[in-house]
Amino acid sequence: MSFFLNGIHVPHRKNTEKTPAVYMTPPQTVMLPMSMHIGAPAKPIVKVGDPVKVGTRIAEAVGAVSSPIFSSVSGKVTKISDMLLSNGNTVPAVTIQSDGEMTADETLRPPVIRSAEDLIEAIRESGVVGLGGAGFPTYVKFKVDLSRIEHLIINGAECEPYITSDSVTMAERADDMEYAITSMQAHFGIKHIVIGIEKNKKRAIASMQALAERVPGVEVKVLPSVYPQGGEKVLVYHTVRRVIPAEKLPIDVGCIVCNCTTVAAIGSFLKTGMPLVKKCVTVDGACVKEPKNVIVPLGTPISDIFEFCGGLTETPEKVLYGGPMMGVAIPDLQAPVLKNTNAVLALSAKEARLPQTTACIRCGACTNNCPFGLAPASIAAAYQKKDAARLEKLQIQTCMECGCCSFNCPANRPLVQTNKLAKAFLKEEKTKEASKNG
Amino acid sequence: MDKPLHLSASPHIHSGRSTTGIMRDVLIALIPAAVAGTVIFGWRSLLVIAVCTASCVLLEALFNAITKKRQTIGDLSAAVTGLLLALNLPASIPIWQCVIGSLFAIVIVKCLFGGIGHNPVNPAITARVFMLVSFGSMATQAYPVIVDTVAGATPLPSIGAGQMPALSDLFFGLTGGAIGETCAAALLVGFIYLLARRIITWHIPVSFVGSVFVCSLLMEGFDFTKALALILSGGLLLGAVFMATDYVTSPATAKGKLVFGIGAGLLTFLIRYFGVYPEGVSFAILFMNILTPYIDALTAHKVFGGQRKA
Repeated sequence: MSFFLNGIHVPHRKNTEKTPAVYMTPPQTVMLPMSMHIGAPAKPIVKVGDPVKVGTRIAEAVGAVSSPIFSSVSGKVTKISDMLLSNGNTVPAVTIQSDGEMTADETLRPPVIRSAEDLIEAIRESGVVGLGGAGFPTYVKFKVDLSRIEHLIINGAECEPYITSDSVTMAERADDMEYAITSMQAHFGIKHIVIGIEKNKKRAIASMQALAERVPGVEVKVLPSVYPQGGEKVLVYHTVRRVIPAEKLPIDVGCIVCNCTTVAAIGSFLKTGMPLVKKCVTVDGACVKEPKNVIVPLGTPISDIFEFCGGLTETPEKVLYGGPMMGVAIPDLQAPVLKNTNAVLALSAKEARLPQTTACIRCGACTNNCPFGLAPASIAAAYQKKDAARLEKLQIQTCMECGCCSFNCPANRPLVQTNKLAKAFLKEEKTKEASKNG
Repeated sequence: MDKPLHLSASPHIHSGRSTTGIMRDVLIALIPAAVAGTVIFGWRSLLVIAVCTASCVLLEALFNAITKKRQTIGDLSAAVTGLLLALNLPASIPIWQCVIGSLFAIVIVKCLFGGIGHNPVNPAITARVFMLVSFGSMATQAYPVIVDTVAGATPLPSIGAGQMPALSDLFFGLTGGAIGETCAAALLVGFIYLLARRIITWHIPVSFVGSVFVCSLLMEGFDFTKALALILSGGLLLGAVFMATDYVTSPATAKGKLVFGIGAGLLTFLIRYFGVYPEGVSFAILFMNILTPYIDALTAHKVFGGQRKA
């Protein structure tokens, strides 16, 4: 089966690409919610008053899909309180007052890896989750029959506007990535590793091509800069020409996809024993005085980061975790940097104001721009009638919520937003159906 | 922070394309045809254009006001309908008929069905058909022509009778016909503009005109000149470029557009050769408008990674 996947040209606005990432002066306090990943929230193992250092474990993973959490500063636990997350869930969050020293935990040691199981355990213990934005605990992806893995695809596409933290990581942390890659080759027996990068990222491409020359079995695939190149199914198709069926995972077609920053974080843990405690974050948007990539301790309040970047030039219309196509708008600047935060953007009214919604003129831009060939206008009509059978036929569950439909709609109809509701509705109807029949 | 942060679901940016922008581009693309029509058929063409455009816009505004709906004339779609209707009428048409035609297009075909995006058929084309079957002025009245090569509504009957106008006259529109339909050169300029601005794709115009050309060629025993004359005359180019490509009443996907174009081409050919009317473009488009929901259903994109159709 051959497909031509549509994509769209979004404004790049990669203003921060050429400058190296800088370390931020440590914040006075950090706030670490127990859920910075998909799966069960972690369980705090510290109490108020406990002294902690950088890398000290403060929460344990619970259950099969979860991730441990480590202190990102040295200091003292001052508060454990409930925190409302942007997905609507409330979880405990540990607040740590920094002593300003950033002393590393001296008990940390690089893990000893003798087998594939050791490596999976190490990835779990590193606290690494999908750092491209998904936040899915990385070790879970490898809990499969390892002989099924034909290709490891490293996602360096970074197709969202503004964000350059992955490019900067590829350009500056090739050694960490190489360490993780060679370890995975040795212990997981992965024969083919392909790094997919959009062609406008020259610095990252050069760095990764040098890596590919050093390490046999690694290939760099330069991809067109078309959004959503970094969508998992899009990337798998464009790197190894395999189609992931609806509601299936990459492993079902012999692939595992990992974000490049995720790979670097694993490499750094394997090398030094320091778990995931900091993150390279792109700080940009018209309201930010000095846009740059900043390496910050997890849990740093966003307001501190903006201050480090010269402050805000005007009151932003919107502040986002992540990019403008799929990122999440946040209600206040005290929100902390999470494991899967790759950018914080302060958009001005001019950048973020959307046109008024008008009637659909049936122009077909939504379906003709959908990478997967879905028909968002028909889906919206079916959702309005709450027609589950029709939604199923329109294969709404395939939607990856990339937003190409809404971005291009001349009537600015809330298409991808309706798709999300329709997906949830269909899932609910199917559960109801199943419980009725069972 | 004095002002609260705005919260909404992604995406947080927009391409900037808008209905108004699209309609503005269609109006711009129609300017060459309107100018050519005025040059060829005289100043009365401008009067027809002004009356139709103004009537359509005012009637839509009035309808929205009476029914207490959000005002929609700002999207310029009523202006497009008015201009298109005018370009489909002979310059000599009585002014009261222009107003009736506009009323039919905007109120009956568009507004009563729910306004922009909800009309099942193209308002301008339907009004043209309505006027054709209602008013004698549309069919029998001889259209004014500068160069008197042909007598009759359009050059079509004369081509059928064996006296063919020069191809250059057809290309530059120096023949009889409606205000905007005769000058192929002006229509092609509009077509190129719409393609360049990505307002339309090539699929409908090319497959529509192409299928008429191929059928005529077969029918006329591979007489290329005659087949060329047949695609340059009548309302074919105006219909194929501007009316058949109306988003609301044509299919969404490339495949669907090809089906639509070929279907309209075949119908045009059949009506021209075997029907009672000399020209079949409007009827063909109207008929394909009605089939569009079915074409859409049968030509939807294949879903990437999706299950096979049930």
